[in-house]
Amino acid sequence: MAVQPKVPKGISYPDELSKVDYKPPEKAWMDTPVVLKPNMFCWGNKEKSLKAVDFPNARAWSVADEDWKLPENWKEIFLEGIRERLDKYRTFRLFMDICVRCGACADKCHFFIGGGDPKNMPVLRAELLRSVYRKYFTGSGKALGKLAGARELNIGVLKELWYYAYQCTECRRCSLFCPYGIDTAEVTIIARELLNLLGLNIEWIAGPVANCWRTGNHMGLLPHTLRDTVEMFKADLETITGVKVDYSFNRKGAEILFVNPSGEYFDPNGNITFMGYMLLFHELGLDVTLSTYCSEGGNFGFFTSNEMAKRLHSKVYAEAKRLKVKWILGGECGHMWRVWHQYHNTWFGPVDFLEEPVSPITGTKFENAKSNKVVHICEFTSDLIKHGKIKLDPSRNDNYIVTLHDSCNVSRGMGFFEEPRYIIKNVCNNFYEMPPNTIRENTFCCGSGSGVNASENMELRLRGALPRANALKYVREKFGVNTLANICQIDRAALQTLADYWVPGVAIRGVHELVGNALIMRGEKERTTDLRGEPLLGKEGGENV
Amino acid sequence: MGLLLSFFVVIVLVLLAFGGVEAANLQYLFGIIIPYAAFVTFIVGIFYRVVKWGRSPVPFRIPTTAGQEKSLPWIKQNKIDNPSSALGVIVRMAFEVLLFRSLFRNTKTELREGPSLAYGSAKWLWLAGLAFHWTFFIIVLRHLRLFTEPILFFVPLIESLDAFFQMGVPLLYITDVVFLMAVTYLFFRRVLIPQVRYISLAADYFPLFLILGIGVSGVLMRYFFKVDVVGAKELTMGLVTFNPVVPEGIGVIFYIHLFLVSTLLIYFPFSKLMHMAGVFLSPTRNLANNNRERMHINPWNYPVKVHTYEEYEEEFRHFMKDAGIPVEKEE
Ligand code: HEM
Ligand code: SF4
Ligand code: SF4
Repeated sequence: MAVQPKVPKGISYPDELSKVDYKPPEKAWMDTPVVLKPNMFCWGNKEKSLKAVDFPNARAWSVADEDWKLPENWKEIFLEGIRERLDKYRTFRLFMDICVRCGACADKCHFFIGGGDPKNMPVLRAELLRSVYRKYFTGSGKALGKLAGARELNIGVLKELWYYAYQCTECRRCSLFCPYGIDTAEVTIIARELLNLLGLNIEWIAGPVANCWRTGNHMGLLPHTLRDTVEMFKADLETITGVKVDYSFNRKGAEILFVNPSGEYFDPNGNITFMGYMLLFHELGLDVTLSTYCSEGGNFGFFTSNEMAKRLHSKVYAEAKRLKVKWILGGECGHMWRVWHQYHNTWFGPVDFLEEPVSPITGTKFENAKSNKVVHICEFTSDLIKHGKIKLDPSRNDNYIVTLHDSCNVSRGMGFFEEPRYIIKNVCNNFYEMPPNTIRENTFCCGSGSGVNASENMELRLRGALPRANALKYVREKFGVNTLANICQIDRAALQTLADYWVPGVAIRGVHELVGNALIMRGEKERTTDLRGEPLLGKEGGENV
Repeated sequence: MGLLLSFFVVIVLVLLAFGGVEAANLQYLFGIIIPYAAFVTFIVGIFYRVVKWGRSPVPFRIPTTAGQEKSLPWIKQNKIDNPSSALGVIVRMAFEVLLFRSLFRNTKTELREGPSLAYGSAKWLWLAGLAFHWTFFIIVLRHLRLFTEPILFFVPLIESLDAFFQMGVPLLYITDVVFLMAVTYLFFRRVLIPQVRYISLAADYFPLFLILGIGVSGVLMRYFFKVDVVGAKELTMGLVTFNPVVPEGIGVIFYIHLFLVSTLLIYFPFSKLMHMAGVFLSPTRNLANNNRERMHINPWNYPVKVHTYEEYEEEFRHFMKDAGIPVEKEE
């Protein structure tokens, strides 16, 4: 029986939405003013969210209003911001200068593929800002104006910059194909920094940032709530496995500090991934602690400004120091790992108060993490499996015909491909890859990354998810795939809605959920269900076989 | 608009050189002064631009990783597309610069009924780009015949390889043909692919027309309107030995060619052609992906305002105590 697509309110049916015309309009892009289309943008930030972190121009405003309530001298602020960043980032200066407009990146962006808006071609997304750069910072732009591809900064241009800066998920797919490595994600990152100088954020980012600043996590979960949540997981796990798992928060002297995306405490899909970690840690008897102060591995500050990202994440090392742990283990999350891998050491190093990470179970030294002392849970687990340190029964995942979605951030900002695959192949019997042009470094974004996983921009997200969904549909039809595994909390929270729309019948699962299902534990009772309480294959009806 | 204008500018340049030499007898200007000025602008301009780029630091180590990272010892790293060492970076850069590695990845997205997306192979841009750049480079090398005496040893070697087919008099160079075909292809794709046309600026058409103009005038000079090669070499040797001379009767087409080349040299440092130098500086390509293994230093890293644990505990202490979570201070 074919499963019907779940169509979110105000969205047309998949066959309608997928009619995309890639042909650009007749009129030149500079002469085409931006139209802010409903369902394509997120609500502007609230006043209190900016105030919470002392950001400029905190005020009540609405994207739909004509007047965005900008400071008198907004233009100067913006241009001065560009000047400052040109001097601070070689990437920015270079990427403003060397694009040859060959168009190799044009049809690589999921938003262009799923939407056809020419300003979502990465090259044009960058040109939106580049044209302003030319006007105020290059001789030819100053002298020749439009002929040199330069244009005056005005309120319409600013709105356009805002609109398209939040229609880029910073996935870096474009940068893979560019002959000079021009990374439009980097341009977007800088554009968003500039916009934040004027108080132009979206609430879906600014809200979590404010929460994270105060409570240590994006969700705004307070310490007792965190404990109650984990306590609840513990009860569920006892029902399912018969094992009472230990856990601790803020425990001094633990060997390892574990930090995960807080969505895993909150989102029903993420919950189960977290339960997978709990089972694993318990079975290993790992000396590990969680922290309420550092209850977020993700970093929506990164979608705001580099400074905000650093402000939010200083707590990771501060907490590791306070608790006197030896090293840090990180959970499954995409942008969290981009930041941890590519930025942490530079912001916070040298990390000489921690020890070079060594797995207490296998003795493996994580050489590739010896300087900043953070290890990815998939590195940790695949090492356990390789050394035969955990017992696994993959048949407990036989309900699942699995494929893996490579999250953009760990793919093109890290190169993390084999670790999750190795785990999946050991905990599942049915694994199939999506087509090569859509996985590993070529992977397509979920369409909801970089803080745009709100609901008011659902059309944007659905469009952005089309390429991913299409590859998924291919393996669903060919191999009957019903499970999309991933190592990213945004995927787990966002992709279910998108899959229900484009490829109904596919469930989104964290890799450590699958590990938790397969893990054979000491003292466990015979499992009849998976961690979601759904009957295992051959155990339907609940009778003990 | 950009297209036509660029075309006319190149035509005007040709006419300028033609009129200047034929009507006004400005051989000295077009043969000596402008080439010198162009060469100086080229060198100083490139230097200036590169120094300007180089002055902006690389605060973060953000390579675009295009293969498996260095991980556990039994996981095979892709040492070229995701290098973790200086050697790996050098190899990766060599692939980029010499073979246009990233462009080789190019695909063409097609949306079919269904919907069903397909990503077809699309190597034409890569092939034409590579053909264009390599033939350009070889042609430049061949030109060293005009600027060295005795002629550098490898120049005749290149020439004989280039004239491999031994066709025509003078012998037809393969690079000349491929070069003109490649530039023509690059032009047509720019005009015919709607998205590429949509993003194109005058600054994209102008270099193509200019380079095409250089190619065409060169070919005309070699194969059709024969110029006085001995005279031309006298002039070019005069330039490099700082003994500028203007021999009589070289032929106006030579001056047109030279003027277009001079224009290219002058234009180069101020244009997108600087991608030649830029590609070497690109932080997403020229950095090793070893961030967790080695600390990358940001010269402008500064302390930021943080929310300390003490502040956190101060606000939430009673919740923490009630929940049995350890605290630093009892009150
Ligand atoms: C290290 C040296 C260089 C490298 C690695 C390089 C690389 C590239 C690549 C990958 C492209 C994009 C593909 C294409 O459109 O062909 C390109 C475009 C281009 N390059 Fe280069 N290039 C170099 C030097 C030069 C030089 C010296 C010139 C001429 C003076 C030049 C002129 C052009 C032009 C005109 C285009 C644009 C073609 C178009 O409009 O489609 N390049 N280059
Ligand atoms: S691939 Fe690179 S050079 Fe080509 S248009 Fe895109 S950003 Fe510009
Ligand atoms: S980073 Fe991703 S979303 Fe942004 S322009 Fe590039 S391909 Fe598109």
